[in-house]
Amino acid sequence: MDSPGVSGSLRNQLALTLIGGAAVLALLLFFAVRSYAVQVAQQGQNNILEASVTSMLDAAAIRDGRIELDLPYAAFSMLATPADDRVFYAILQDGVHLSGYEDLAFSQGATGGNLMFEIGEMRGGAVQKISASRTLIGANNRTEVQIVLAQTQDALSETLDQISRNAALLGLGFFGLAAALSFWATSATIGQLGKLTSSVTRRGPQDLSPFTKPVPREMAPLVTSLNSLMGRLDQSLSRSEDFIAEAAHRVRTPLATVRSYAEATLQRVDKEENREAMRSMVKAIDESSRAAGQLLDHAMITFRADHLEREEIDLVVVARELVLRLTPIADMKDLSLTLRGDPHVPYSGDLVLIQNAVRNLIDNAMKYSPAEGAIEVAVALHPRPQIRVCDRGPGFPTDEIEALTTRFRRGANAANTIGSGLGLTIAREVAQAHGGQIELANQEGGGACVTLSF
Amino acid sequence: MRYLIVLVLVCLGSTGWAQNWEDRQVFNDTDAATTLRIISSTDTDLFAPLIDTFVARNPDIAIEYLVTGTADIDLRFRNTPEAFDIAISSAMDLQLKLVNDGYALPLENVAHLPWAEWRQSLFAFTSEPAAIVINRAAFDGMAIPQSRQELIEALRARPDVFRNRVGTYDVRQSGLGYLFATQDARASETFWRLMEVMGGLDVRLYCCSGDMIDDLTDGTIAVAYNVLGSYAEARAESQSTLEIILPSDFPTTMMRTAFVSRATKKPQTAAQFIQFLVSYQSSPVDGAGLLPLLSEKENGAERRAIALEPALMTFLDRLKRNKFLSEWESALIQK
Repeated sequence: MDSPGVSGSLRNQLALTLIGGAAVLALLLFFAVRSYAVQVAQQGQNNILEASVTSMLDAAAIRDGRIELDLPYAAFSMLATPADDRVFYAILQDGVHLSGYEDLAFSQGATGGNLMFEIGEMRGGAVQKISASRTLIGANNRTEVQIVLAQTQDALSETLDQISRNAALLGLGFFGLAAALSFWATSATIGQLGKLTSSVTRRGPQDLSPFTKPVPREMAPLVTSLNSLMGRLDQSLSRSEDFIAEAAHRVRTPLATVRSYAEATLQRVDKEENREAMRSMVKAIDESSRAAGQLLDHAMITFRADHLEREEIDLVVVARELVLRLTPIADMKDLSLTLRGDPHVPYSGDLVLIQNAVRNLIDNAMKYSPAEGAIEVAVALHPRPQIRVCDRGPGFPTDEIEALTTRFRRGANAANTIGSGLGLTIAREVAQAHGGQIELANQEGGGACVTLSF
Repeated sequence: MRYLIVLVLVCLGSTGWAQNWEDRQVFNDTDAATTLRIISSTDTDLFAPLIDTFVARNPDIAIEYLVTGTADIDLRFRNTPEAFDIAISSAMDLQLKLVNDGYALPLENVAHLPWAEWRQSLFAFTSEPAAIVINRAAFDGMAIPQSRQELIEALRARPDVFRNRVGTYDVRQSGLGYLFATQDARASETFWRLMEVMGGLDVRLYCCSGDMIDDLTDGTIAVAYNVLGSYAEARAESQSTLEIILPSDFPTTMMRTAFVSRATKKPQTAAQFIQFLVSYQSSPVDGAGLLPLLSEKENGAERRAIALEPALMTFLDRLKRNKFLSEWESALIQK
C-alpha cells in the first residue's frame, strides 16, 4: 500500500508552539524579575545614601560666622557593604569646595534642600551620586551647604548577579515544567488520534461497520466521514457480490440446458470428428458451469463469513457425507476416495461453509489426481479439529505454496487442467471465518496435502 | 595638608625629606633578580625576622625596607605611588583612604578573613592593642591602675609625682596617635577627661612609640598613654622596669595593614609577599617573628579591632580633623 504524503507533524507543531510559548514566558519572567530587582536594589542604595547625606547635613552648623561640620561616624559607617564599596564625598559652601574630594562634582548646584541622584564615574569606578543641600542662617549671613556623596556599586552588582542567577534558575524551572506539561498535553491530544488509528488497523478485512466508540468532539467530523465512506464502500462491495452471484446463477441454468442438448446430440452423431467436437463442447460447458458454481460459492462465503451460523456438528459426519456423495464421480474417473481418522470430531461451526470448503478441496484433489490415484480424507481431533485431503497428483510447486490461496491464482503446473483458481481461496476464507487456517504441503512420494484446521 | 608636611619635616629633623628615612635596609642584596620597595612604619627590628624568612624561601627576591612615620607614608605615597611596591602602616585610616582613593592593586588570590581585608586590596596582619605603659618605680607600693578611670584617679592623687612625667602621642604628627585618639574619643568621654588631666600635668608629646618607650625606660616619664604594647614588649631591657596595661574599660586595637601599589611594576612578586605576610602572621606555627599575630580575640576577652570600613575616613575630613585637633589642643596644651 502507498503511504500517504506526509507534511509536518501535528505533535511537533503542537509541542513546538507550547514550548516556544513557555520559553518566551520564561524569558519575560527572567527580565521582569531582574528589572524589578535592579529597581529595588538601587532604591536600597539610594535610601542609605540619603540617610547618610542627611545625617551629614544635620551636623552642619555656623559657629562664629564659620561653617562647622562635625561629620558623624555613622554617616560613613552605614555605607559599609559586604563588597567593601568605595565612598567619596565633597562638602561645598555656596558652590566653593570646603572639604572632601575636590574632583567629585555634581552636574547641578545646590537647589535648596532637594535631593538629587545621578550616575557618574569616580577614580576608575562607576558610582551612584547623591547631592543634598541645606541653608544655614547665621547671625548676619545666610549660606548654603551642599554635600555630594558617591558610592561605588560593587555590592549592588554582586546582589544583582545573585538575583539574576536565581531569576534565571526560576525561569529555567518554569520552562522545564511548562515543557513537560506541553509534552504531556501533546501526547494526550495525539493519543486520541492514535487510538482511532489503532482501532481502524485492528479491524478484520471484512469489517466495514461504523465506529461507535465515543471520540472527542473535534474528531467527530473525521469519524463521521470515515463511517460514511465505509458505509458507501460496504454498499458497493455487497452490490458487486450480488451482481456476481446473480450473473453466475443466470449463466448456470442455460448452461445446464445447453449441456443436456450437447449430450443428446453426442449420442446421435456418428462421425468421429464431430463426436470429438461435441465432447470438447461438453467439457467447456462443464468448466464454465463449475466456475459459475464456485463464484456463487465464493459470494455466499463472503456473505456468510461475516455472519457465521454456528451449530454443533461432527466433522466426521460432514466428511463422510461428502465422500459418499462424490464417490460416484470418483469412480467415473477411476479414483479411490477413502475416509479415515478419529471416529468423532465434534465442532461448532457453519455447516454449509465447511461442506463447501471440503467439497472444493476434494474437487481439486480429484481434478489433479492421475487415473487410478487414491484420494485420502482424514479427520482428526488433535491438536485442533482438522480435515486433511491428500492426493497423489503432481503436488504444489514449492515456490508458489504461499500465493496459491489468493483468489484466481493457479499453480504453474496446472495449465492443462480446468479450474477457476477459486477452490483454495474458498477453503482459506472458510477456515479464517472460523478462526482457523489452511495449510498446504507436498507429501513425500508425490501428491499434495491440504489441511483445514479450525 | 601642607602644614602636615612641615610637621613631618620637623619630626624627621631634616630638610631634604625625599631622601631621608628613619631607617633603610636592603635584604638579600647580593644575588636577587627583583627588588621590592616596601615603605613601612614598622621598625626594622620587628619586621626583620619576617623578611629574612621570606628572602630565604625566595632567594631571587631582594627587599628594600624603608621606614618612616605613618603620616609621612601617606604623603610620600600620594606624591610618588610608582616609587613603592608595597605600603605598610599602622595608621589604618590613612591606609584605607589610600585604597579608597584608588592607589591600591586588588589581589585575586590572597585568602583572608573578611573582617581583616578591604576590597581585597588592604590586608591586616597584626592585632595590637593600645596600652598604658608605666614605669614600675613610679607606682612603688601603690595600686597599679587597670583602666582609664583608675589612671585618672592615680594621676589626680599625686600631681607632684606626675607633673611633666606623663606622655602620649602628638596626634598632630603621628597618624597612629591620631587614630588611637579619635577611636578613644568615639568610645568614651573618659578620654577627654584623661586628656584634661594629662594637660594639667604638662604632658610630654611624642612623635613615635620608640621615643616614648625610651623616656619611660630611663624614668623621664612615669606613664605613657596609648603606646603600642608590642614595642614595649620587644625591648628586652625594658621588661623589668615597665608594666604594660591593657585598659579593662574598653580596648582600642589597631591592625597593621599592607597593600600593593597600583603603580607597581612587579605585581606578582608584591602579591607573593603579601600572601606570605598574611599566612606568616595568621598561623602560630610560622609566626616565630616579633610582631603580634592577627587574632580576633586576645586573652580570651573580646577585643575586636578597629573595623576596616569607610567610616575610618570620617576623622580624616578636613573640617572634622580641625575640630578634633582644636579640642585636643585645648584639653592638652593648657597655656
